[in-house]
Amino acid sequence: MRGKCGLFHTSYASETRFFQSGFQKLSLGLFLVLLLCSPFFLSNYQVSMLNMINIAVIGAVALNLLTGCCGQISLGHGAFIGVGAYTTGLCTLAGWPFFAALLFGGLVTAVVGMLFGIPSLRLKGIYLAIATLAAQLILSYVFLHWTSVTGGAIGMGLDAPVILGMSLDNDAKMFYLTFGVAAASVLLVANILRTRHGRAFVAIRDFHQSAESVGVNLFAYKLQAFAVSSFLAGIAGGLWAHYTMYITPEQFDIMLSIQYLAMIIIGGLGSVLGSIFGAVFVTLLPEFLGVLAQWAGSFFPNISMYFLALREGIFGLILVLFLIFEPEGLAHRWRLIKAYWKLYPFAH
Amino acid sequence: MEYYLQLIVNGLVVGSIYSLVALGFVIIYKATKVVNFAQGEMVMVGAYICFALTVQMGLPFLVSFLMTLIFSVVLGLCIERVILRPLIGEPIISVIMVTVGLSTVLKSLVQLFWGTQIRVFPPVLPSEPIWVAGVPIAPIYIAAFVLSGLLFAVFSIFFKYSRTGIAMRATAMDQQAAQSMGIGVKNIFALSWCIAAVVSSIGGIILGNINGINAQLGHLGLKVFPAVILGGLDSLLGAALGGLIIGVLENVADGFMQQVFSLPGFKEVAAYVVLVIILMIRPYGLFGTREIERV
Repeated sequence: MRGKCGLFHTSYASETRFFQSGFQKLSLGLFLVLLLCSPFFLSNYQVSMLNMINIAVIGAVALNLLTGCCGQISLGHGAFIGVGAYTTGLCTLAGWPFFAALLFGGLVTAVVGMLFGIPSLRLKGIYLAIATLAAQLILSYVFLHWTSVTGGAIGMGLDAPVILGMSLDNDAKMFYLTFGVAAASVLLVANILRTRHGRAFVAIRDFHQSAESVGVNLFAYKLQAFAVSSFLAGIAGGLWAHYTMYITPEQFDIMLSIQYLAMIIIGGLGSVLGSIFGAVFVTLLPEFLGVLAQWAGSFFPNISMYFLALREGIFGLILVLFLIFEPEGLAHRWRLIKAYWKLYPFAH
Repeated sequence: MEYYLQLIVNGLVVGSIYSLVALGFVIIYKATKVVNFAQGEMVMVGAYICFALTVQMGLPFLVSFLMTLIFSVVLGLCIERVILRPLIGEPIISVIMVTVGLSTVLKSLVQLFWGTQIRVFPPVLPSEPIWVAGVPIAPIYIAAFVLSGLLFAVFSIFFKYSRTGIAMRATAMDQQAAQSMGIGVKNIFALSWCIAAVVSSIGGIILGNINGINAQLGHLGLKVFPAVILGGLDSLLGAALGGLIIGVLENVADGFMQQVFSLPGFKEVAAYVVLVIILMIRPYGLFGTREIERV
């Protein structure tokens, strides 16, 4: 691990510790306190961005566990998020308490994810990518055409979540819910990666044949990865549904899957920290482009006409540029920056 | 009965275009092992370039057709050189995502230049239907079918007998061995992207003549996956048959679902349902190479 100078590990346990130094603990603690206080001094709009980031973090961490750590490419996570959103929405509409609905949504999504993960025993790489692509398109079709349940193209209206009699009806209250769930998911995934299961996932990604020959049950572990990953995706979907309070099938189309894949690639495959960076980056990118378009609008008056077309294109362009020039993602860049400052005056 | 016959004929025409796009996909996959998610967008770009040359610049159709093909060659070269070559040796997910990124870039460029509304090609062939076996068929459909068949014949001969074609097959089989025999593997990669771009453009132009074109044409690229998986990812014959079968199947399934269950739009997913079933039963497809792993 990359600790401070003179840090030597004498046991495996000490090497897999989250915090190698008191400074890390302190800085992360201060950052969390700052985040928790942020709804008091940020504008409503900024808090809503934080909410979107929190939800994206859950989905990105989930996908990174499956794709980045276990090496199973999923082009269907947009649809899995949709399954979670619709299931949670239906349950709360039926009068379930919010957390029960959220958990149930996660479980249903886990089952759906495992169902489409079954081919992963026989399929690898591009075949699995295509199988999950089929899952995405089939589920999108179900969302759109199972009108009696999902409301079809019209969509489904939901209420703000009610927890212990308190309605989370504004961005600030919602922030604490999404932040709590996001923090719990990050902690969960980071801890899974430290266990036997996490190491098995990484072994499967690195070379499935040698993993199998040292006794890793490929099928069981791949299914586990699918289950955990789609469970968290379902949770993200449930939160998203109740945050936006209105869901339509278009929200969960293939573009969403691509966005989540972009997050983990831009952030860094197989890195929990990277998923967070990627989620922040991809969620804030449209905002940044919006600001840029406004600024450019003073020079080119009709740029807003082209903005919609340009936005997706710029998104794709950034994805391509990252893959060519920074294939290890922002997490890698972050490590380089840290290493630079650690040795600051004597960089070489 | 005539209802289904009409569906089958339509399916064959759509399927012949799927086959063309699948042909481009398979050529790229065979030679470079790259899964190209931007195939549909390459179809779209070709169609729009031809549209721009014919309608907006007023060139005769044949001239603009040839110029589109030249443009496609350049496009294929650029894509391979700028985007794919730096990624040689990277993991599959990176290669997949780079083509996904490329597809959004191409799509947004098309929207930027031509907007999102449907554009219609000027009719090249007469519109009076020709009666074949009691079913009226528009001449353009027959032209599409014949042209696809012709292209397949040309490429089969090319791969079988020409020096370059044999070099491409050698590269597909074993890159290192090919390189040591003096084949420029990088040139082969570039060439396969060129061929794929040209074939896709031809598909796009045919499609534009049948249905008109809009910025959603790129979705066609996703329909290629069922076709190539059914035929086998690395088989030209498989691509041809797979495209036709998927085309017919989705039309007939759609018609059946509409008539019996009054379920609309089943066309969108019929092919993917088939895809999942094939992947479960026979993932290497009808004619694909079966990969065997031994420890």
